[in-house]
Amino acid sequence: MTRRFAASIGAALLLALLLWMVLYPLVLVLAEGVRGPEGWTLDHVRRFVGRPTDMRALWGSLWTSVASVALAALLGIPLAFLVGRYDLPGGRVLGGLLALPAVLPPLVGVVAFLFLYGETGFVSLLLMRLLRLEEPPWRLEGAGAILLVHAYSMYVYFYLLVRAALVSLDASQLEAAASLGAGRWRTIRRIVVPHLKPALVGAALLTFMTALGSFSAPYVFGGGFRVMPTQIVATRLNGENQLAMVETASLAALALLALLLFRTGSAGRGGGGRKGAAPSRIVIRRRSARVAAGVLGWGLAALLLLPHLTLVLVSFVPVGTWTTEPLPPVYTVRNYLMLVDDPVRVRPLVNSIWMATVATAGAVAISLAGSLLSARRRTAPRRTIEGLLALPWAVPGTVFAIALATAFSVREPLAGRFVMVGTLWILPLAYLVRNLPITSRAIAAGVRALDPSLDEAAASLGAGRARTLRRVTIPLLRPALLAGASLAFVTAFGDFVTSIMLYTYDTRPISLEILSSLRQADVGVAAAYGVVLMLVSAVVFALGSGQGRGGNAG
Amino acid sequence: MSAFLTVEGLTKRFDRTVAVDDVTLSLSGGEMLALLGPSGSGKTTMLRLLAGFETPDAGRVLVEGENVTRVEPVHRRFGMVFQHYALFPHLDVAENVGFGLESLGVRGTELGERVTRALALVDLAGLDGRRVDQLSGGQQQRVALARALAPEPRVLLLDEPLSNLDPTLRERTRREIRDLIRRVGITTVLVTHEQDEAFELGDRVAVLRGGRLEQVGTPDELYAAPANRFVGGFVGRSSVIPVTVLGPTEWGTRISVEGVEWEVERPAGQPVMLPGAALLLARPEALRLGDDPQAIAGTVTGRRFTGPSSFFTMLTASGATLEVVAPPAAVREGERVGILPSRRAAGGLHLFPAEQP
Repeated sequence: MTRRFAASIGAALLLALLLWMVLYPLVLVLAEGVRGPEGWTLDHVRRFVGRPTDMRALWGSLWTSVASVALAALLGIPLAFLVGRYDLPGGRVLGGLLALPAVLPPLVGVVAFLFLYGETGFVSLLLMRLLRLEEPPWRLEGAGAILLVHAYSMYVYFYLLVRAALVSLDASQLEAAASLGAGRWRTIRRIVVPHLKPALVGAALLTFMTALGSFSAPYVFGGGFRVMPTQIVATRLNGENQLAMVETASLAALALLALLLFRTGSAGRGGGGRKGAAPSRIVIRRRSARVAAGVLGWGLAALLLLPHLTLVLVSFVPVGTWTTEPLPPVYTVRNYLMLVDDPVRVRPLVNSIWMATVATAGAVAISLAGSLLSARRRTAPRRTIEGLLALPWAVPGTVFAIALATAFSVREPLAGRFVMVGTLWILPLAYLVRNLPITSRAIAAGVRALDPSLDEAAASLGAGRARTLRRVTIPLLRPALLAGASLAFVTAFGDFVTSIMLYTYDTRPISLEILSSLRQADVGVAAAYGVVLMLVSAVVFALGSGQGRGGNAG
Repeated sequence: MSAFLTVEGLTKRFDRTVAVDDVTLSLSGGEMLALLGPSGSGKTTMLRLLAGFETPDAGRVLVEGENVTRVEPVHRRFGMVFQHYALFPHLDVAENVGFGLESLGVRGTELGERVTRALALVDLAGLDGRRVDQLSGGQQQRVALARALAPEPRVLLLDEPLSNLDPTLRERTRREIRDLIRRVGITTVLVTHEQDEAFELGDRVAVLRGGRLEQVGTPDELYAAPANRFVGGFVGRSSVIPVTVLGPTEWGTRISVEGVEWEVERPAGQPVMLPGAALLLARPEALRLGDDPQAIAGTVTGRRFTGPSSFFTMLTASGATLEVVAPPAAVREGERVGILPSRRAAGGLHLFPAEQP
């Protein structure tokens, strides 16, 4: 009885904490948008609707997001089939390389694109020399540039999800179809596509939400083309806070609407678990076809990895030595040394590490508590807890940053509001909240996979709650906890969207230092930071997912 | 013998369904009781109520007179072997077996000794450091038994102990479990849906249906004197045919079946049945094949060969199906032959009121 009571208290505390840090700031933003000097008002909403720039930005957000989904699908699905279904030379390595953009923080991708395709970029200069042009062949600006970056960084969702679904296809189903006289196309249409549908819908949703919330690419490449996240920042810079609130609310509404549409669209049953063996890869017999497929796969991989490679290359070039040559004439490690030698340059590294660590620890603790409570206790308000843990995912980063900035810039302890903006704690809090969905999803999956009778076995052997948690639950959840933690750390470590709205000089993270280095034309240092960000992310990510393969029977 | 474990009026509801309905039972010390029933009969819920994983809506569980109904599983000191064993996959064999002992504060050399002893008991000496996923199904089951027994619990609970084993392994394991539990002398409750298992492992068998206790008794009692048609049909092989009760005779009941008259023995203590419609439950060995004026006519529709004898499925004129045991070559499929009560088998024919389900 007392144990059940304690669990209820725990659930209530967790619920209160989540309401306070997830829902409350969003509600405050919504309220701020409809509040005037005396009471409620719709003035700001009316101004928003009547402003052409706002309407254009809203429309821009919508269509670029839809176009990003189409482009990412166009790139990702064929790659998934190529790697997942065909036996290519070096297929395993290729498969891994193609997943790399998943760990590339958005801003680093944008910067890499700038180095590659920008006006003074590697490829642009090469083309100018080859074609003897006076001007760069293109300008990396506007909607086209944004879409290019989006397609490049978001094809990964389609690629990874579709590839996983292809692997989970039951070979005997394909054989059954063949024995029932279905040809290749009928098999694809009637068996493979329905099996892939959940993956396709999931990838489309993921891409749409990421594109809708995307900030780095529009911020750097947008130029005169505005999408809602950049529009919100501009409006705030103009000091029109309440209009910015309405804009924020409109973006949140768009995101939630999309989520709702996808939910109703994907009501069909998923592929579910597989019983049989995965189909073996198709071996291409004709030599010419085999070479062509290999060239296509590796060629695309090279094209997609070019930004990473460029970043690495630029990070070894001393400032101002590489102007018109196709390859840099001089190399140096000075850019890296500067990161550690110069106290001003070390600071962002240290900041990003401690803030990401704190945010990760918090997100893991809250996610674990939430997952355990909602899995074990029928009494706990589990749907509410699960919903609150997932909510930040549906809200674009800019919206959350504004919401936190609004909620925690005044001191009203009785209303649960404290001044955190401008302090050390606002960024870790922002990272933490933004990480809750991804972390809790990883951990909840681990908790669901736990056999509940293990808990009961421990209890019948006289182990109390604490001992069971320490000796049984946490050791068994280790892979899920590490996976959740690594995802959280990587996201927080490379964050740009929330950071740019909430940072102070003392808490400036790596991403902002990259931006300011670029502004000061310190290209080599910016690239070095980018490489560090990329490497740390890749290593942490690999650690987390490598642990996921550990034994977890029972 | 006085009762060691007593269950009084135990009731458990889930939403609107009653999983366990007013069950009262008692076990003497060292006794093995098998809870037998089809799926959904509430036998697993019974076991979970005993273990303390579920809290009853009514009733009590007593161990040596102590009321443990509200005692948490952690403090109940009931050992449990789970259907899928629930071994801790990240701990090795010795750590699994020692887990409950550590809860009791056993440490150091004593811990090691008692783990070794428990493993020797289940014939797994020397496997201490093995990972549990490297063990065979039978070994895993024995580790689960050793783990449950090591802290010397007051009662041992087994949930479908053999359901996860290879059929060829089951019979041997059944005997091993029985011998082991006899040796330890622990009061045991086990759940099963297989009557062979219940008969071999249980000193007594409790038959459950829809959460209600239908009958409890030794296997012989259940077979020879089923309390109702359900127990008769669930325990042992049998077939059922509608009959009309004509009236009592000196030692039994006169009935009319398919136009002929039979006499059925009445067990001692059972009330006289009133004339009218009834059901006759017949064991295969209580019937025989033969031509006789008292025989009912039947057609052979199937044969199940079991070696020394065969079970013949017979279709009667009224459309009832009866199973009769006879020598393998007695009749051929499609043949018409009479069915009679067997002279030797006493107690293989049971009458139940027709309205009883």
